[in-house]
Amino acid sequence: MSINKEQDFGTPAKTATESVTLEIDGFQVTAPAGTSVMRAAASIGIEIPKLCATDSIEPFGSCRLCVVEIQGGRGMPASCTTPVAEGLKIITQSKRLADVRRGVMELYISDHPLDCLTCSANGDCELQDMAGAVGLREVRYNPVKTHLDAIKDESNPYFSFDPSKCIVCSRCVRACEETQGTFALTIDGRGFDSKVAPSQNQAFMDSECVSCGACVQACPTATLMEKSVIDHGQPEHAIITTCAYCGVGCSFRAEMKGEQVIRMVPHKDGKANHGHSCVKGRFAFGYATHKDRITKPMIRASIKDAWREVSWEEAINHAASELKRIQQKYGKDSIGGITSSRCTNEEVYIMQKLIRAGFGNNNVDTCARVCHSPTGYGLKQTFGESSGTQDFDSVMKADVILVIGANPTDGHPVFASLMKKRLRQGAKLIVADPREIDLVKNSPHVEANFHLKLRPGSNVALINALAHVVVTEKLLDEDFVNARCDVSSFTKWETFIAQEHHSPEATESITGVPATDVRAAARLYATANNAAIYYGLGVTEHSQGSTMVIGIANLAMATGNLGRVGVGVNPLRGQNNVQGSCDMGSFPHEFPGYRHVSDSKTHQLFESAWQAKLSSEPGLRIPNMFEAALDKSFMGLYCEGEDIAQSDPDIQHVHSALRAMECVIVQDIFLNETAKFAHVFLPGASFLEKNGTFTNAERRISPVRKVMSPLGGYQDWEITQMLSNVLGYPMNYKHPSEIMDEIASLTPTFAGVSYEKIDKLGSIQWPCYDEDSVGTPIMHEQTFMRDNGKGLFMLTEYVATQERTTRKFPLILTTGRILSQYNVGAQTRRTDNVAWHAEDRLEIHPHDAEDRGLKTGDWVGITSRAGETVLRTLISDRVQPGVVYTTFHFPESGANVITTDNSDWATNCPEYKVTAVQVSKVSHPSEWQKEYLSFSENQLELLEQGIQNG
Amino acid sequence: MKIERLIKMANDIGDFFNAESNKEIAAEGVKKHILRSWDPRMRRAIFSYYQEDGSQLSDLAKKAVSTLDQPE
Repeated sequence: MSINKEQDFGTPAKTATESVTLEIDGFQVTAPAGTSVMRAAASIGIEIPKLCATDSIEPFGSCRLCVVEIQGGRGMPASCTTPVAEGLKIITQSKRLADVRRGVMELYISDHPLDCLTCSANGDCELQDMAGAVGLREVRYNPVKTHLDAIKDESNPYFSFDPSKCIVCSRCVRACEETQGTFALTIDGRGFDSKVAPSQNQAFMDSECVSCGACVQACPTATLMEKSVIDHGQPEHAIITTCAYCGVGCSFRAEMKGEQVIRMVPHKDGKANHGHSCVKGRFAFGYATHKDRITKPMIRASIKDAWREVSWEEAINHAASELKRIQQKYGKDSIGGITSSRCTNEEVYIMQKLIRAGFGNNNVDTCARVCHSPTGYGLKQTFGESSGTQDFDSVMKADVILVIGANPTDGHPVFASLMKKRLRQGAKLIVADPREIDLVKNSPHVEANFHLKLRPGSNVALINALAHVVVTEKLLDEDFVNARCDVSSFTKWETFIAQEHHSPEATESITGVPATDVRAAARLYATANNAAIYYGLGVTEHSQGSTMVIGIANLAMATGNLGRVGVGVNPLRGQNNVQGSCDMGSFPHEFPGYRHVSDSKTHQLFESAWQAKLSSEPGLRIPNMFEAALDKSFMGLYCEGEDIAQSDPDIQHVHSALRAMECVIVQDIFLNETAKFAHVFLPGASFLEKNGTFTNAERRISPVRKVMSPLGGYQDWEITQMLSNVLGYPMNYKHPSEIMDEIASLTPTFAGVSYEKIDKLGSIQWPCYDEDSVGTPIMHEQTFMRDNGKGLFMLTEYVATQERTTRKFPLILTTGRILSQYNVGAQTRRTDNVAWHAEDRLEIHPHDAEDRGLKTGDWVGITSRAGETVLRTLISDRVQPGVVYTTFHFPESGANVITTDNSDWATNCPEYKVTAVQVSKVSHPSEWQKEYLSFSENQLELLEQGIQNG
Repeated sequence: MKIERLIKMANDIGDFFNAESNKEIAAEGVKKHILRSWDPRMRRAIFSYYQEDGSQLSDLAKKAVSTLDQPE
């Protein structure tokens, strides 16, 4: 292993199909038209000195170090800004060039600290490298005025800004603009006074900086430097792995010193992120070694008892005997398991295999139940496959982008940067969201053409109105519909959607969106060359979540926006492995590959392969498990990587169900909220401690690689395997690659996937049907994946949610997440990301606040039909009157105390996005919060007692 | 299983398929959805409720539940 630095070609690659041939230092080189001379030279191993150029941003031509000579030409042009041309003869080294470069370097160094030996960038400093490259031996200048006393900015928890080391190359400024799209940095002043300035000359933490790390990555000196490198020194080896946060699934180089992660650097060749990152993936990895990690197995008889640390053997034996005891007492179907999108594909696969083959039932579910299960259902019905249709890069060919119920800049920030780049190039934007997300008008140089600020719960009325305009104004793509879709279903749908009650005018009273805006947005979407839909949980987490997904699919098919680059239906998955965990058969009614458990051919295939009698009946979904627990027919649960006691709706109901169970086994890295109700704790491994794969929102299967030993001793798949073996269902995998081989052998869409191929290609997008396939970036190009190959239109009548506002509950609460925190916060709350968001707040419109006499920072009680909690307010006109909004990253916030048990009709995905509430000023926490704090403190004491006795 | 919960689930499924004007096809859609996604104990419970009372089920849900094949 080595640090294996990624080659920097100096300027971005060009994709022109036309190529030109030239000569550089006597060597012939052919490059795509538009390529810089610098990059062409680098491609044949000729390194031209450079400082202000790097291949993640466009060339700037300011440092004058990369000058070259052109035979027959005049002067010395900068090779970074000079494009290749047919027949050019370039000279990169001559005495004249050497003198210029040495002179440039001499000037730079005359105003730079000469502390190389003690500098944090020592060993990774381009300025130092260039001084060596140009042969700088002396600095003749003795300037009377320098920047050496410039004050450091240490405000950011993850990196420092030392302007005394800045060479004002603007790489950070350009990275912030081009790569991230935040435009938080600028060069302030002129001449000698020029300096990098965050926002209005503010400290980084006070500026608009979102801490994505692009500037740190771009900096050629120690000016912008990770504090972890300052503290520990340069890493000595690097391993490529995949981020464990959101569904973008960024590829990272884990840069290591032994088993210590020094920094996570976005991998340039990562096909999901192309070398970009966000504050979570780039910096918030410290939770993996947080003091709260539990590394020894523990058991206890009751949740009132102290934990007892035991050996792995005792813990596994105890867990197995309890599960067997419960099955003997209550029946085979009285136990089950829950997997998580935080688990690898291989972990999820063997978990569901254990439950189906070892437990003998189909009581397996996953956290996608509470996020994207409607996507799985809706897209399977209409397109024939439970997945998004595009790769992320497809957005760069979209002319109109329709974002529905998603907040990409917070939830999927790296993809949002790509989307913003396309929007800055001129693509049009329609946002359908009850709240003014940043894309609407708070992102520099991006502004939505239409913000359809609909009322929560009225999605289906809106999508129907958009489709009504398409049909009645004859904006259909009839050729596409006739050639690619089930025409009889289309005819029926066309008649249905043309009915007057779906018109924008008729639905205006439901959605609150002016009919003229809906008509104009529909025309914009339908008449674009390429129109693409991106959506999130604002679509799925409704009582009509599946109907809305179907409505989106109908609209895309009707306008022919499927089956090519630049279009499509793109669910933005919340967690890193939502797609993968669903692919792996973690729903109670489906085997891996979304095949129903009652399908006789599939059933036989798995019975034969797994050598076990399998049930052909659907098992319990997560909310059904809770109901069954209270009914005493579901008494044992094996829960891996999921925190149902915080993340699921109507949390008091969930807690009652967990208390009713006789054995709850939690496998996790922390004593999470669910573990406080557990009887067995199996210490799991973080993503840094195991091998496997994650599948992101674009169906990209990427490698997860072990960079440090599991703190608890075992990788999660090994723990599940141990439990399975003790339960009497043998598993003997030696490595997760063997699990993937089994998945490939049993799942047609994965048939051509193997670790060997993933290692070779970096990642693979399924479907990948055979050994020769390199995957499928765009789906449904020729036919849909339904049995007859045709897309199916379905009828989507708007049905109002039963969660209505009343005089008692006059406001609608909707929820979302924030950039710096991640879901239930178990990871990010244990990092310095709390510097940005240390508590959940309730956003309320100024009118509603005034009616209640509230100001920002006041404590308010939020009461719903399900319960009450207390938060502080943030008065904001980003929400509309009548709507309040909060995040759900802190357990004590109790956001799910107030959410109800309403759910999607097809999948039981909870209706998190619509809760009728009342808000009023209070002076003390809610009863639930008091009880929670007392219970939680008691559980932590019981944990402490266990550790002391261990 | 709390029967009120199952009734609501069945009615919600019915609300989706109710867009279909042919109620035979609609009821078949509801039935198929329940068969493919409900655990047997849930199906048994809703069928028992239908036999004993059934008054809270919508017409479409009732029609579908009445034809459910009973799991063993």
